[in-house]
Amino acid sequence: MNSVQGAAPTSDLTSASYHDDHLLHRLYALQQQFQHIPASSIGALAAELCLPLAQVEAVIDFYSFFHRTARGRVDLLFSNCTSCGDLSLMHDLCQRLGVVPEQTRADGAVSIGEASCIGMCDQGPALLANGRTLTQLTPLRLEQIAERIEASTPIEQWPAEWFHVHDNVRKNGLLLGTTFSTGSALVAALEKGAQTMLDEIIASGLRGRGGAGFSTGMKWKFCREATGDAHYVVCNADEGEPGTFKDRILLSSHAHAVFEGMTLCGYVIGAKKGYMYLRGEYRYMLPELLAVLERRRKLKLLGTAILGQSDFDFEIEIIVGAGAYICGEESALIESMEQKGGVPRVRPPFPVTQGFLAQPTVVNNVETLAAAAHIAVHGGGWFNAHGSDKSDGSKILSVSGDCTTPGVYEYPFGTSIQRILDDCGAEHVQAIQVGGPSGTLIAPAEFERKLAFEDLATGGSFMIYGAQRDLLHVIQNFAHFFAHESCGFCTPCRVGTTLLKNGVDKIATGHGTQYDVDELRRMAALVKRRSHCGLGQTAPNPILDLLQRFPQAFEDRLVHSDFEPHFDLDKSLQEARRLTHRDDAEAHL
Amino acid sequence: MSKTIKIDGVDVPFEDGQTIMDAALAADIYIPHLCHKPGLSPHGSCKLCTVDVDGRAVSSCTMPASEGQQIANNTPALKEVRKTIIQMLFIEGNHLCPSCEKTGDCTLQALAYHHDMLDGHFPQFYPRRNVDASHPTLIIDRDRCILCELCVRASREVDGKNVFAIAGRGIKRQLIVNSPSGKLADSDIETEDLASHICPVGAILIKDHGYEVPIGRRTFDLHSIAETDLEQVILKKTVHHDA
Ligand SMILES: Cc1cc2nc3c(=O)[nH]c(=O)nc-3n(C[C@H](O)[C@H](O)[C@H](O)COP(=O)(O)O)c2cc1C
Ligand code: SF4
Ligand code: SF4
Ligand code: FES
Repeated sequence: MNSVQGAAPTSDLTSASYHDDHLLHRLYALQQQFQHIPASSIGALAAELCLPLAQVEAVIDFYSFFHRTARGRVDLLFSNCTSCGDLSLMHDLCQRLGVVPEQTRADGAVSIGEASCIGMCDQGPALLANGRTLTQLTPLRLEQIAERIEASTPIEQWPAEWFHVHDNVRKNGLLLGTTFSTGSALVAALEKGAQTMLDEIIASGLRGRGGAGFSTGMKWKFCREATGDAHYVVCNADEGEPGTFKDRILLSSHAHAVFEGMTLCGYVIGAKKGYMYLRGEYRYMLPELLAVLERRRKLKLLGTAILGQSDFDFEIEIIVGAGAYICGEESALIESMEQKGGVPRVRPPFPVTQGFLAQPTVVNNVETLAAAAHIAVHGGGWFNAHGSDKSDGSKILSVSGDCTTPGVYEYPFGTSIQRILDDCGAEHVQAIQVGGPSGTLIAPAEFERKLAFEDLATGGSFMIYGAQRDLLHVIQNFAHFFAHESCGFCTPCRVGTTLLKNGVDKIATGHGTQYDVDELRRMAALVKRRSHCGLGQTAPNPILDLLQRFPQAFEDRLVHSDFEPHFDLDKSLQEARRLTHRDDAEAHL
Repeated sequence: MSKTIKIDGVDVPFEDGQTIMDAALAADIYIPHLCHKPGLSPHGSCKLCTVDVDGRAVSSCTMPASEGQQIANNTPALKEVRKTIIQMLFIEGNHLCPSCEKTGDCTLQALAYHHDMLDGHFPQFYPRRNVDASHPTLIIDRDRCILCELCVRASREVDGKNVFAIAGRGIKRQLIVNSPSGKLADSDIETEDLASHICPVGAILIKDHGYEVPIGRRTFDLHSIAETDLEQVILKKTVHHDA
């Protein structure tokens, strides 16, 4: 793709690795300039990008960060994650500024709303201000923000330190503790050759760090063996699972290892092009990532004739998402790369044979690729000397919630949960959500369980809930998350996640009966088993886990009658009472 | 010796490239389906055709048949699952069957009969959706759209056009028209197109044709969905009951 300049605004970021003619990038630029996507711009944009109008319309409506009506000149999105969100702060600010959530203030100066986890769980509460990350919010900071909004101070002039994001690495391990010398993995690869390097990756036992845990070496092998016009490498940097932020650190402080892992994969599978799909919430890292790529180009580690090898060409391009958790699912991610909504594909075929542009494609998590780069240098034996039986190497965790030192911790697989709790200063722990909302909720009786694919698997999220937390409220948050993030393609998840959300809401607000619990259980089973992709297949987990491990959390809230309607009849009569100016006993049920 | 799969204990032959659904229909075995239609690319979205293959849930319209698969299809448990999915489709939209021109010819309704569905079971969502009556001969009533994308595929794959798309995410997904105004009148759809006739429910209707066949004598008043969907394959008819 070449950059095309057109009527619509383009960003000044255009580089060899960030193309303005990608629909998501163009819509981002429009949203920034006009606070929405003007209806009048859509036709020209579709024509210019040679896309059907309906495709552009569909994409605008799919992603959370694009809007049909103008948001405020300052648009604040508070994370609603249980770790990096604090909606009470949001409501306070709304009151202070006279804003109704999700509605732009009449003067157009400000709008305030919610966003799913923005990956700042170690330094929350956090929000996005016109897409830029603000962390460690306090009432004082919100006061300062309010003053600047009322004074019409543009965000660019807000103090730079407000936007600072810390790494918070608390414990180094195999990957974070080993210095990666830029270029070393590619030098090793050229010495050994593609086949030997592939064998090394297979022998290392490396399994995908994005959640599913598929053998990385086998994935590369299948892709290498697949025929196509071109092969592609995709780095999945969508990191949307609430409570996960470990890829953020790899991208901010270990980007060379990540890009080198991509290039290595390209060398092994015979790809000339790689893409990093970066979640929109991490856009603040884009300039630095592009700068790293530029440095790599200068070092002959990217571009044509890498390290002087005439037949080794590899380019990397970054595509930035726009607020959709489902785009972390590999086939939805590919759809998004192809300028569509993120709807998971039917499988088979799998991406290794038919991925991006229907060509063989490897999709790997950020951490997987960084690990592969290290393995290329140090060998598979170095890697699998660590870990447990079935899980080789180490896992980088994002620890957040009720503990004294939230942050990034790296452990060999096989480490016990209790050890992690001790390290991060977590006491009086009631429960831990391992692997994020799509993972497993565990109770104290299970804290001797191990971090491993064969025991407690996690893509990196580790959210701790102390004794004072209302677990039903936590699970309610997750139910809302999944209903919000369901792509809507298949019936069980599209309708089911909303039914689950409504069911949990009913119980949490004190209107649920045993019947509602039974219904919840039945719907949870259906959604889990019959949904099209991993989102629907895991969305009911928190509810089922809570029912199994903390049944009391539900029972305490139940109304002890056989049936309660979903609506409150007396409340519904409120309007009639108001109109008739009555409030006597007869006007109530 | 041809390859076979086993559906509810019955050996069913298949050829490479066929899905479980293809093989079943060719052998006169009915697997309930809604978003699938022979001749259009499989979609896998409604999940009504869900079956258990060696204990794992799969969509039979998209899953390739492969030697030795043990498939559970017509079981009480699956019937219950499918009934629930049909109820979910009903309550997420606004389906007022008695006043719908499609009643008696509607696949969703027929599937509900077939699964002994007596009510919607879940609280209604009552979504607000728009009607598009701009076209001289066609009308879109989105209240009834079940997002099966049959019209989307028919337009692209058979009509050689691209009239429809689905926009939005999650429960807000909706049918849109690929035209400058977003209105059907502005698109290049024609009455004769397959996309104008394929809607399994009453979401895309032909104007000026109302109640020509009296209620009581319509397709599913006389036949079960299992009969009509199989017959279509047996007779190699291209016209479907809802066409
Ligand atoms: C709803 C959903 C969201 C996902 N989000 C991510 C993500 O943010 N990052 C990621 O690496 N994998 C994510 N995955 C897993 C990917 O589909 C895929 O398995 C992974 O990128 C493969 O890389 P790996 O083998 O290196 O783990 C997600 C899966 C699902 C079903
Ligand atoms: S399970 Fe949910 S997210 Fe996945 S395809 Fe179905 S609706 Fe979309
Ligand atoms: S209009 Fe009809 S054919 Fe088109 S998606 Fe909706 S229900 Fe399916
Ligand atoms: S008929 Fe198979 S999913 Fe709809």
